Amino acid sequence: MKAVSPGKGKKAKTDSTEEIWNLRLYVAGQTPKSITAFANLKKICEDHLAGKYRIEVIDLLKNPQLAKGDQIIAIPTLVRKIPEPLKKIIGDLANTERVLVGLDIRSVSK
Amino acid sequence: MIKAKHDVDVLEKCPTGIRGLDEITKGGLPRGRPTLICGGAGSGKTLFAMEFLMRGARDYGEPGVFMTFEETPEDLAKNFISLGFDLPDMMSRGLIATDHVYIERSEVEETGEYDLEGLFIRLGSAIDSIGAKRVVLDTIEALFSGLSNTAVLRAELRRLFHWLKDRGVTAIVTGESGDKTLTRYGLEEYVADCVILLDFRIKEQISTRRLRIVKYRGSSHGSDEYPFLIDERGFSILPITSLGLDYPVSTEHISTGVPKLDAMLDGKGFYRGSTILVSGTAGTGKTSLSAAFAAACLRGERCLYFAFEESPSQIIRNMGSIGMYLARWVKKGLLEFHSARPSLYGLEMHLVTFHKMIEEFKPQVFIVDPISNLSAAGTTSEVKSILTRLIDYLKMKKISAFLTDLTHFGGSLEHTSEEVSSLIDTWLLLRDIEHNGERNRGLYILKSRGMAHSNQIQEFLLTNQGIDLIDIYTGSGEILTGSARAVQKAGEKASELACRREADRRLRVQERKKDALEAKIAALRAEFDAESQDLHLMAEEERQKQAVLAEDRLEMARLRKVEPSAVRRSARKRRGKGE
Repeated sequence: MKAVSPGKGKKAKTDSTEEIWNLRLYVAGQTPKSITAFANLKKICEDHLAGKYRIEVIDLLKNPQLAKGDQIIAIPTLVRKIPEPLKKIIGDLANTERVLVGLDIRSVSK
Repeated sequence: MIKAKHDVDVLEKCPTGIRGLDEITKGGLPRGRPTLICGGAGSGKTLFAMEFLMRGARDYGEPGVFMTFEETPEDLAKNFISLGFDLPDMMSRGLIATDHVYIERSEVEETGEYDLEGLFIRLGSAIDSIGAKRVVLDTIEALFSGLSNTAVLRAELRRLFHWLKDRGVTAIVTGESGDKTLTRYGLEEYVADCVILLDFRIKEQISTRRLRIVKYRGSSHGSDEYPFLIDERGFSILPITSLGLDYPVSTEHISTGVPKLDAMLDGKGFYRGSTILVSGTAGTGKTSLSAAFAAACLRGERCLYFAFEESPSQIIRNMGSIGMYLARWVKKGLLEFHSARPSLYGLEMHLVTFHKMIEEFKPQVFIVDPISNLSAAGTTSEVKSILTRLIDYLKMKKISAFLTDLTHFGGSLEHTSEEVSSLIDTWLLLRDIEHNGERNRGLYILKSRGMAHSNQIQEFLLTNQGIDLIDIYTGSGEILTGSARAVQKAGEKASELACRREADRRLRVQERKKDALEAKIAALRAEFDAESQDLHLMAEEERQKQAVLAEDRLEMARLRKVEPSAVRRSARKRRGKGE
């Protein structure tokens, strides 16, 4: 939780009544896969959820006990906490299409 | 940890604490390495893993991590309780840590590359939290159904097992059996050190659990299939096939419980630690003889009685009717009955039960009544193998075994249906003797190794004071028992009496003859005496006559007044006259 990166100030603004997407990205240190995943995630959010998302990056090397709560097995794992229901996407999020499907973003952005 | 002088790792073993397993594996599982436990559904993999962990934490001071992929922590706690382990308590004491890894494919989207570092981190943090030395992963295969990228999964599993080794934890990984492979997803490829297969077989509606060590790198181990039992105290595995024929023997004799039978057996009874078989058809008194032997309790010995036909209370009641009161020994804790239908479970299971009970009760006398019923639970060769192992085990423990065998009518008596006769030291045979519309029991000793035993058939009587043996009537070329024997005995008594009278009579006749003879002898003697007296008298008369004559002559000579010479002359003359 300490490895914060709440999508930078400008993206975190809450200009509408729509809820803010709360996304958690679990990583284990600065591995190439983690960096790729974070970059991919940021791009997708900017493209589709501009202004209404918040990304929390959790480094399990620093907070291993957090892995249990969200049932993290694979790294990197993206967890959509809000909106419900909880969704999980594992991998470096290279396939944007699947990420959108996995997060149910397409319907939202339309 | 232990390094030999030659800088070669000596395989250190980690005791499991599971009864029997440490003997088969000669010390336990390989320490600091993963072991694969595979088996079908319900074969006891999870229980095995649990017991390993719990005993490690409780008995060997090695905390453990239980990572479950299937059960929730609540279910897990329930399972532990079923083996008598209080999981929440162990967790609060920092001896056990659990982690429930849950993965549901429908909730997870996979995109791009990933690894299982999350799992490693979780496991690592659980291990670190309690300083665990043991780890259980039950069952990691669940990942295969949760994640679709098997290439990644396999690579990560390989890494996981290396990682476990690096951490130096002794791990158990469970895996479901596959069709042709040991595990459905080929976990055995990764866990190369030790693989144990649990098997749960049902044959003729009877189930048997078996355990086999498929491989154990760097260690010798028992290679057979070992039956095992899961009960409220966990696993019991039996290293039963590894017994040899080098057991100690005793020269001590113990009573059979029937004094006359002792007399038949060299006057002393059975050898301690020997194996005794009693065979006979139904109703010949096998159970009664067993109960008599159970009276070993009189000597303060402990006796374990396995009854396959009757309930303990029935045996106690029935034996009470012939004056054997077993209930008091039961009350004193010297005698323990164990009744079960042979078909209740498989043969191996029976053997396991025997072992378990013997280990627990530590008897000096062990009775199985009857062993023939075991054949209902398996084939002849199986029964023989089981009994061989049982007898070997009993001999090792110097326990005297008393087995009964029900032979069927028409079958040969001197043959056991289980073909165990060669294993038997003393073999008693009870048989029916039918005669004159009556059935009686006979007992004889077919063999008794190492003693000069009686070769006589004895009539076996069940009285309300217990068992009695009576010499059978074998007089006039036929064997008589029961009332026939009684009749014969009465008849014999009568004729014996008659004989005696006849003899008396003859004696009296003889006596009379003797008297008569003696009277005759006396008469003859008297006659003889009389004659000799007459003779004597006559001789005396003659002598007197002569004397008188001589005197007369002297008188005459004197009267003739002759000189002495004349007397001499006259004497010469007399001599001349005499010539």
